[in-house]
Amino acid sequence: MDQQTKHTPFTLSRNAAGQLALVTEDGSTHLGVYPVRAFPISAADDGLSLVSAEGHELLWIACLANLTDDKQQLLMAELSQREFMPEILQILSVSSFATPSTWQIATNRGHAELVLKAEDHIRRLTHTSLLITDSHGINFLLRHIDQLDKHSRRLLDRFL
Amino acid sequence: MNNQISPPISASPLLPSTWQAIVHAQLALSPLLAAEQIQASLEINLSQQLHFSKQLLVMTNQRLLCFADMHNPVAENLTAYHYHADLTLQRHDHAGVGKIELFNGEARLAVWFYTLAHDIAAARFSKQFKQQLISFNTGLPVPIEAGEICPNCQTRLSIEDDECPQCNSTIDSPPSTWTLFRLWRFAKPYQWQLLAGFLLMLASTAATLVPPYLTIPLMDKVLIPYQNGAPIDIKMVALLLTGLFGSALLAWGLGWAKTYILALVSERIGADLRTITYEHLLKLSLEYFGGKRTGDLMARIGSESDRICVFLSLHLLDFATDVLMIIMTATILISINAKLALVTLLPLPFIAWMIHLVRDKLRTGFEKIDRVWSQVSNVLADTIPGIRVVKAFAQENRESNRFREANQHNLAVNDRINKIWSLFSPSVTLLTEVGLLMVWAFGIWQISHNEISVGVLTAFLAYISRFYTRLDSMSRIVSVTQKAASGAKRIFDILDHVSSVPEPTNPVHLEAVRGQIEIRNAGFRYGNRAVIKDINLTIAPGEMIGLVGHSGSGKSTLVNLMCRFYDVSTGAISLDGVNIRALPISEYRRNIGLVLQEPFLFFGSIAENIAYGKPDASRAEIVAAARAAHAHEFILRLPHGYDSLVGERGHGLSGGERQRISIARALLIDPRILILDEATASVDTETEKEIQKALDNLVHGRTTIAIAHRLSTLHKANRLVVLDQGQIVEVGNHDDLMAREGAYYRLYQAQARNVDTDLDDLKHDDDTSHKEVDI
Repeated sequence: MDQQTKHTPFTLSRNAAGQLALVTEDGSTHLGVYPVRAFPISAADDGLSLVSAEGHELLWIACLANLTDDKQQLLMAELSQREFMPEILQILSVSSFATPSTWQIATNRGHAELVLKAEDHIRRLTHTSLLITDSHGINFLLRHIDQLDKHSRRLLDRFL
Repeated sequence: MNNQISPPISASPLLPSTWQAIVHAQLALSPLLAAEQIQASLEINLSQQLHFSKQLLVMTNQRLLCFADMHNPVAENLTAYHYHADLTLQRHDHAGVGKIELFNGEARLAVWFYTLAHDIAAARFSKQFKQQLISFNTGLPVPIEAGEICPNCQTRLSIEDDECPQCNSTIDSPPSTWTLFRLWRFAKPYQWQLLAGFLLMLASTAATLVPPYLTIPLMDKVLIPYQNGAPIDIKMVALLLTGLFGSALLAWGLGWAKTYILALVSERIGADLRTITYEHLLKLSLEYFGGKRTGDLMARIGSESDRICVFLSLHLLDFATDVLMIIMTATILISINAKLALVTLLPLPFIAWMIHLVRDKLRTGFEKIDRVWSQVSNVLADTIPGIRVVKAFAQENRESNRFREANQHNLAVNDRINKIWSLFSPSVTLLTEVGLLMVWAFGIWQISHNEISVGVLTAFLAYISRFYTRLDSMSRIVSVTQKAASGAKRIFDILDHVSSVPEPTNPVHLEAVRGQIEIRNAGFRYGNRAVIKDINLTIAPGEMIGLVGHSGSGKSTLVNLMCRFYDVSTGAISLDGVNIRALPISEYRRNIGLVLQEPFLFFGSIAENIAYGKPDASRAEIVAAARAAHAHEFILRLPHGYDSLVGERGHGLSGGERQRISIARALLIDPRILILDEATASVDTETEKEIQKALDNLVHGRTTIAIAHRLSTLHKANRLVVLDQGQIVEVGNHDDLMAREGAYYRLYQAQARNVDTDLDDLKHDDDTSHKEVDI
């Protein structure tokens, strides 16, 4: 399904029901399509798949930047309402060093509270990044441990 | 907008307390309509861009209101949607984010987002909205639901729940040291031994304190007079030395008895804890096991109980001894000379505090080492079971590098902690020496003023050098207590868990089971997903039913409900007209023979595996069952026949052979109801025929429910039940259903075209999205 994304003759629009409508090259219309990133953490802007409401891939977009601005905006708007992986910027306080522990954190999506049920809910992605799953299944990303401030790092250190 | 003053809404119980003020403030700016009343509210915690921000949805009997900003009460922050016939509310969730959409016919009016923490409340809210809308459109009052209301969060509880799912989902507190006191339940049977141990501890500690006391007369009455020219009093020396030896001997004997008795008791407490926890665990429903990892449960029962045991027998014992010793020593010292005693004990709190400080640093370090160590073993646990893959892709070097890396990390952490650790005991020694120095100095001053004798000073020195060293081990108690407390909490987590499949309080006993199953309005939720929705089915005794459908259509769940591995959320399942909840669980399950896709063989002989459900079966019965299951001949070909040992997963036997053993196992208990869950799915066509023959023997005359991916294996079924998305879509025999050209027809056609077609690929465009949650 590889396509020349630069000139792909597909059109994308949002209908009154808030769904994305895709008209592909062969003229067929698909309602309720949604974008899915193939590598949400390691390469967020490369590899985007447009998937039908039934979960089948309709279109593969190799690179988001190659699309026209309006398409990019539509997709980004949809992604911003579908993707939810807050990035932890700061750990303000933790309720205890034994789990379950409630953390007050600052994320790129505002102040939040996460409940760490067990230490093994902290997953090491690479040497410097962590994925922390809270008790409700929300994934919090910590992209760079070394960029945290000293206080946050000291708190985090007790769980690593 | 109508400016008439609306009914007072002060402190409405339907609003969260944090929102009361803001709702009032905004309603003051744009008041409610005439006769408008607040019916329900829902706090949501995400903005349109999925940022964390709190908003409140309020449902009245005429409108849906959204209060957008908690801190800024202006009229613009309130949006209102008037009810009318075309409104609908839909709820979805995706990747941890729930969303509620408000539609006006086809057009979307609004969308709100929340994290799944609010999902239960959101589900309730959208249900209430539906009722409210119907009531608004028809003018009829909203039906009042039966069931109690949770005192905490006002959630209406369904009849089945005794605990509020909403409040229950909030987090349990971190382990407190108080958890350890709950262990008393296990210690109680041994209270007399414990008392004896405690008395022995008192006595033995007292005995160890005698020798320093005897040094006083030894100094003052023997050695110093001798230095001053008096002869040595042999009789007195002999008496004192005998006293020293006797007290040492006494301390030895008592110490042994104390340690032995208490170790005995704590080992028994540990064993009881393990057994009771395991027994409780086995009684829990499958739901519990589904959410837990095997390794975690094994660790809880194994090592956590051991940790508690060590804590009780070693650390707690030592600590108690030390405390007793310090109290006794202090009493003795004060009774000898209060002034010197005060000077001696003065540095004690200071030293204790210093030690505690260093310990605290060390403790976090040691915890870190624990975790790093588990990383190292994780590499091993990853690689060894997957060794075939490692070798096949020739990645031995990469794996050994991974191990080396983890080890390196381990080394680095250890190096860091060793820096503090190596400083620790010299520091304690230094502090002890300083303390001794103070006693020396003050003691010499006192001797020079004739306040005490030399003997008293030596006794003091002997006493305090003892307990300064004990301070170190005492400081350890904080961290071991914490560890034991968290261990105890993890064990009580299991013990406190009430089975979601409870035993009936007034059990009904069925004499002879005919095997009629009736499923009435059965519904089942798994978490927040409705897996089974309102299923009705009556199965006659001896009838064979084939369950057909895509994977995820609820076939296995339905079977699990029939086995009562889970309990239905709504409706009921009954056997011969008796609700299966009223039957004792083990008595009920004895009537069910279960053959699974992946047969599980326990470690033991083949005969033992066949007789698993009926351990007292005779050899003749076992052989008869094996014959009927077409397993007899291949068993005889094995070197030890029926006594051949099979491993935990039946190594050495093929899939078909294992399956036939499990069929024999089901045959032996002669069940009235038989459940075949994809019994032939994991074997090839040839073996399938063998198994099919065995199954035909098994099915004969029993109520049978069979799930099969391959429709051809269901040719014997009296009726086929086609499931889709948790609902029955078609019922009938093969010919009927083919003639109807519905869902079954499509499945069958697809399989006829290509035998290997996966049913899941047959999703049709008219199917709605899977992610949609029924509201």
